[in-house]
Amino acid sequence: MTTTKKQLHRIDLIFKNEQDCKEILRNALARSNQEVINEMVNSGLKGRGGAGFPTGLKWKLTAEQKVDEKFVICNADEGEPGTFKDREILTRVPHKVLSGMAVCAKIIGARKGYIYLRGEYKFLVPNLKKELRRFHDILDELGLDFRVEIFMGSGAYICGEESALFESMEGKRGEPRNKPPFPTEIGYMDKPTVINNVETLAHSYTILKYGAKKFRELGVKDSRGSKVFSVSGDTPIPGIYELELGMSVQDFVDDFGDGDTKAVQVGGASGFLVPRKRFGKTSIGYQGKLTGISLPTGGSMMIFNSSRSMYNVLNNYLDFFEEESCGQCTPCRVGCQQLLKGIKAVKRGEKPASYLDQLLKLTDTMKLTAKCGLGQSVANSFSSIVENFREEMIY
Amino acid sequence: MSNMVNLTINGIAVSVEEGKTILEAAEKLHIKIPTLCYHKDLCVAGNCRVCVVEQVGNNKLVASCAMPVSEGMEINTNTLKVRNCRKHIIELLLTEHNEECTKCYRNGHCELQELSAEYQITNQDFIDLVPDKNYTVDRISPAIEKDDSKCIRCQRCVRTCAEIQSVGAIAVAHKGSEMKISTVFDRALDEVVCTNCGQCIVHCPTGALTEKSYVEKVWDAIADPETHVVVQTAPAVRIGLGEELGFEPGTRVTGKMVSALRRLGFDSVLDTDFTADLTIMEEGTELLTRLKRALVEDDPDVALPMATSCSPGWVKYIEHKYPEYLPNLSTCKSPQQMFGALAKTYYAKNVKVDPQNIVSVSIMPCTAKKYEANRPEMKDSGYKDVDFVLTTRELAVMIRQAGIEFEKLNDESFDSIMGTGSGAAVIFGATGGVMEAALRTAYEIVTGREVPFDNLEILPVRGLEGVKEASIKIEGTVDDWKFLEGVELKCAITNGLENAHQLMNNIKNGESFYHFIEIMACPGGCLGGGGQPYPVDDEVRMKRMQAIYNEDSDLPIRKSHENPEIVQIYKEFLEEPLSHKSHKLLHTTYVKREQY
Repeated sequence: MTTTKKQLHRIDLIFKNEQDCKEILRNALARSNQEVINEMVNSGLKGRGGAGFPTGLKWKLTAEQKVDEKFVICNADEGEPGTFKDREILTRVPHKVLSGMAVCAKIIGARKGYIYLRGEYKFLVPNLKKELRRFHDILDELGLDFRVEIFMGSGAYICGEESALFESMEGKRGEPRNKPPFPTEIGYMDKPTVINNVETLAHSYTILKYGAKKFRELGVKDSRGSKVFSVSGDTPIPGIYELELGMSVQDFVDDFGDGDTKAVQVGGASGFLVPRKRFGKTSIGYQGKLTGISLPTGGSMMIFNSSRSMYNVLNNYLDFFEEESCGQCTPCRVGCQQLLKGIKAVKRGEKPASYLDQLLKLTDTMKLTAKCGLGQSVANSFSSIVENFREEMIY
Repeated sequence: MSNMVNLTINGIAVSVEEGKTILEAAEKLHIKIPTLCYHKDLCVAGNCRVCVVEQVGNNKLVASCAMPVSEGMEINTNTLKVRNCRKHIIELLLTEHNEECTKCYRNGHCELQELSAEYQITNQDFIDLVPDKNYTVDRISPAIEKDDSKCIRCQRCVRTCAEIQSVGAIAVAHKGSEMKISTVFDRALDEVVCTNCGQCIVHCPTGALTEKSYVEKVWDAIADPETHVVVQTAPAVRIGLGEELGFEPGTRVTGKMVSALRRLGFDSVLDTDFTADLTIMEEGTELLTRLKRALVEDDPDVALPMATSCSPGWVKYIEHKYPEYLPNLSTCKSPQQMFGALAKTYYAKNVKVDPQNIVSVSIMPCTAKKYEANRPEMKDSGYKDVDFVLTTRELAVMIRQAGIEFEKLNDESFDSIMGTGSGAAVIFGATGGVMEAALRTAYEIVTGREVPFDNLEILPVRGLEGVKEASIKIEGTVDDWKFLEGVELKCAITNGLENAHQLMNNIKNGESFYHFIEIMACPGGCLGGGGQPYPVDDEVRMKRMQAIYNEDSDLPIRKSHENPEIVQIYKEFLEEPLSHKSHKLLHTTYVKREQY
């Protein structure tokens, strides 16, 4: 079977092999803090870890804190199932990430930065260390008092949540903190901290090099720039792609699907499932309304074709969360167990199909009351799968 | 004056200080928001989520215990959304919880049970998770039982053990559905650094942590016609028991308590206050002897400061955490154990009962006393010195079981001998009390005059502060104690093991020097002990403390050395403080223990 595919525009900014890191840094460091912050704010860059907080604002809020010691942390605890882009960025263009950290450090007044590296990415360490040495030499040459260290995670999914990550770095059990206060005020070691995703920092390099205007040309209203996607599942071309934000899921499926796509899970296990009937109405971005709902994502796009049982897919996600919830708050810890046991009981006929409705109500409670962003989103996959593939849950 | 923040809760305007939480603001309006993981003694966790409320403009609910107020905030605590979520959360907690309430030790005293009743959780729609949990129950310790099937993972115990007690015997282990409160390598509480202080019990909202109960054994002993059952009651029990039986915190019920104990069938109702006075005689003399060795004989081996040893939680703490300071610990047994040793020797001889037939029971505000009574060395009488230790709460259980209408009882007096105590003994129940009692006696021995404080009230050592310091200049000494002339006796008092930890570190680092330190394991001293009624916070502790000091000032005898029964026991039995016989019966040794 041959189909003529409409291809989405491939962007080549993040992975473009540019060796002008020193020059970019020199220029950026020469500009006033206000100027750089304005550039970042104007670019419209939003956090690429998935939550989509405006990066420029984060830097600005932290810069405004009148405290001697501050930190810049690169969140490389890439643990969301179906996401593998940060690994690639750190492998191919670590200097861009480091440059982003250094400029941020200068603006907010930090002398120390950390890369919190996912435990499973230990194999990246030798190369990163080499890169760090080279980078520190450049900083010395440019006269910036800033050092970056690698901190290894130990494999808990929850430690990707920023405040749990701080706890982990402080040698404590990785559990999310109460918010407020936010990291911009009280972060690592209770000091103001900018914590950005790997990709966000790499984008800041692009913005510093090409300017906010150029960055804004990509994407759509409220969702500016490009985004690196981890494409997996039933696709002939799995891999990592840098695409413009704002695309519709339909366009994405036309490009990456295998012609038999039944649904796409956007944003990993904690994200949303988009069924075929909604492909055209759903776009990828941050809250910006295009022709329908818009889904944020850390970049994971999992494609399922009609051979897949959505019951198995959901079972797999819930299995993951039942184990990876930190366990401290009731709605997430017990809620995940209930959802997992609940779909099994319905499948086995031990509970009536109407029990799914009761569980859907429970997911509302989980979304409303869980302590952290993870807990609030673990039920997303449940509600979006059960609402759209109810019959697969029952029969 | 700090900035005030204006907000509305359920449409009612309220103004509170900046930094306060929604929960605190609601309290000011007398709006009750249910809580489980929140406790006034502890840092905020915000993990049970029962206290969620709606904030206008926020699409999530917020935890009122953790969310600080902000200007113009509009909060609703009782919307449909809030109620539905709260109900869900209670239901979720119940699915992980062993719901055999009628067979639970905390039946009727459980915060989860109360909440579940309040929200009328009458049917369980969600799946019962308990059968798949493999919950374990740890009943090995003689003092504390831990039943994981009752745990709601609020971490109040964990925070208590770490923040108030600086012990860290229990912590959170594992994650997700496996998450639980555990010990190092999941060992039994008896095999870890646990001091048996029982603060975790007092702070636990459910039946997950409880004292090991000896109520049935005591009933058995009372029912046995062959045995002669003596009971001793600690100072803090008389100001705590009423609270457990429906009186206001801080109600003194000494006379009713004696009357109730007699009705329960104890053969002799005696007073730990007697041996508290004896402790002052022994420990005071020990202190003066150490001072003499240090100041006159220049003995480099004498360990100062001397530390009190009445609190078995503190004793086990120092054995674990500062074993190098064991020589500093007074060799005096606690009043409970002095009493036990004397009950089966001095008392037995006096009432002409074979000590073999004596069962010695003590009523304590404490769970560590259960452990202490079971220490292998505590059998200097030739028998187990104290057979069973009950908490204040367990005594209340017995009184209820016996059908005694406690509030209607008349006041009765303790039996004799070993039933008389001074005011100095009563104040052992409050932090600073041992110090004050010791000073009342020691100062008088050394100078022949009363301590130079109004009405014998040494106010600097009183109160709930973490570390209190006092010094007394000794002047006008009598001939025997001339070497102390002009010496400024430096003392420190602390309560709660976190404070003890700070104090010990100061001493260790050479930042502070003292001659004598009083340390009580529990906040407020024994009045806030692990065997006292729950719930407790500083307000309740202050009321209990006031009751203790009122009890002292109302007693005819205020100084240990003036207690006629003390004079009598030295005359008839012990000869003098630190005599050979005292050493055998009233003093003990300590053990170095592991750090974890």
